[in-house]
Amino acid sequence: MSTHSTYDMLRHLADSWGLVAMGVVFLVLVAWPFRRALRERNEAAARMIFEDENDG
Amino acid sequence: MTTVLGRAGLWLAVLFLAIMAAAGAADRNFSIHMAIVATAAFIAMCATVSGADYAAIARGFLKMPDEGRYDDDPIRWGVIATVFWGMAGFAAGLFIALQLTWPVLNLEPYLNFGRVRPLHTSAVIFAFGGNALIATSYYVVQRTCRARLAFPGLARFVFWGYQLFIVLAATGYLLGSTQGKEYAEPEWYVDWWLTIVWVCYLAVFVGTVVKRSEPHIYVANWFYLAFIITVAMLHVVNNLDVPVSLLGSKSYPLFGGVQGALVQWWYGHNAVGFFLTAGFLAMMYYFVPKQAERPIYSYRLSIIHFWSLIFLYIWAGPHHLHYTALPDWAQTLGMVFSIMLWMPSWGGMINGLMTLNGAWDKVRTDPIIRMMVMALAFYGMSTFEGPMMSVKSVNSLSHYTDWTIGHVHSGALGWNGMITFGALYYLVPRLWGRERLYSLRMVNWHFWLATVGIVFYAASMWVAGITQGLMWREYGADGYLVNSFADSVAALHPMYMLRAFGGLLYLSGAVVMVVNVWATILGKRREEAPMRDAAFDPTRDRPIVQVPAAAE
Repeated sequence: MSTHSTYDMLRHLADSWGLVAMGVVFLVLVAWPFRRALRERNEAAARMIFEDENDG
Repeated sequence: MTTVLGRAGLWLAVLFLAIMAAAGAADRNFSIHMAIVATAAFIAMCATVSGADYAAIARGFLKMPDEGRYDDDPIRWGVIATVFWGMAGFAAGLFIALQLTWPVLNLEPYLNFGRVRPLHTSAVIFAFGGNALIATSYYVVQRTCRARLAFPGLARFVFWGYQLFIVLAATGYLLGSTQGKEYAEPEWYVDWWLTIVWVCYLAVFVGTVVKRSEPHIYVANWFYLAFIITVAMLHVVNNLDVPVSLLGSKSYPLFGGVQGALVQWWYGHNAVGFFLTAGFLAMMYYFVPKQAERPIYSYRLSIIHFWSLIFLYIWAGPHHLHYTALPDWAQTLGMVFSIMLWMPSWGGMINGLMTLNGAWDKVRTDPIIRMMVMALAFYGMSTFEGPMMSVKSVNSLSHYTDWTIGHVHSGALGWNGMITFGALYYLVPRLWGRERLYSLRMVNWHFWLATVGIVFYAASMWVAGITQGLMWREYGADGYLVNSFADSVAALHPMYMLRAFGGLLYLSGAVVMVVNVWATILGKRREEAPMRDAAFDPTRDRPIVQVPAAAE
């Protein structure tokens, strides 16, 4: 593939399917912790660092 | 016994190779650097031979590390290295600020501005910041995984190997050996050495996460891991160079022209995004809740913060190349992503600050929390200023001026510096088993010296930058520029003096920290009045006696 057509292909990928795929992955990752089932696990994760008050 | 011999033999081989390379070097700088490498290999060999427990080997019974205790030795070294390199980096910064004010201080050739400036930037970012990141990541990953550090030998190699990288980089700059790439100045062989050290660092960190006893991986570790992996990727791609000779210090980059510029700023901006932001946010997500004794405000928000930073930061680099040969769409892309970054950054700042919700009094009573809050405030301020400066029309005024320098320092001194100081003050009494710091009042002094120092620095650079930007673009009625470049230099002189004064204050604050940390390690405790106490007046602490009215 010539340099120009490689550039062209990547350029089109970047503003069509590539963009859609990255957008979807991002939205899934961000929405993931908002599932109701994770509410308590999030609370527990935030408090986890206080379980070892003895630093030895 | 075989492992001791094997390791010592490895260092001996490195020693011989380095001596041979020093003898056959193509240039002086490479020869000096190989002599430094040979010295380091010799020290490593001696340490391997003398540090081995021969009595245990003779008994055929090696003392295994106690898995019931955290491995804190490399963290203690890292804390000391952070303080040491911090002082070196801040002092170098003050020196070059004075050079800019009084050029007579340019001591040719080794201590001129062009050589000391990369020494300053690398010392503060990679030596001070890098050691802080390595030390705190070792601390946090053990505590949050409730597991002892994996690969203890490798963890120690990472620490000492990183110090060797710093020494090679710093001496290289002073000798005039540089790739000339911002924040990536070390030459090719130093880059290779850092790559080896960094891969070992990744192995230690991931190894510890893998052997964790906690089911959940705390969010601070996500940030540390993103920092380690991304910096590895950025460092390797940006340093794809072809050395002129395998025994010489000079190399040329694989990418040229605008591609080279884009790769450099993809690296450069993500060094800010993943080294100075993601890594230090990891510190924030552990040390702020610990010092405040309250969980992070919203764990969900911290996850959104994480993924948004990861997805957005990597595209922001082109904003360093506005109005250059870079395609226009790429410049606009960099600008748009920089503006979008504002949201996750402020989300993270709010998450950190709101952790104090219900305990705001600690800002008044605890100077360490005050330091962390100031760090978050500067994080918010510089992540607002940055997107604003990335807008093309603003950038046409601000680019190549001292405004950029002011912006960088409000982030570096305010955010990175303050959060590191806070973490150091948290760590030192715990790592050395002291009941408390030598002096909390000295932390307070440090806080105010540093804060006022940053105010002088940032304010003078704003004025200087806007002055420059406006003077450079001022046209007269005849269509010619009104000011020569030297006119703008002369106009900045008072601002440069104020900047150096701000740097002096910041350095003074760091000196106070050195005294405090040193005395804490020695186990001293300063007799001092507490920072704040409830009001008590003994003269009024008595019952009211009813005096009967005198008879008429």
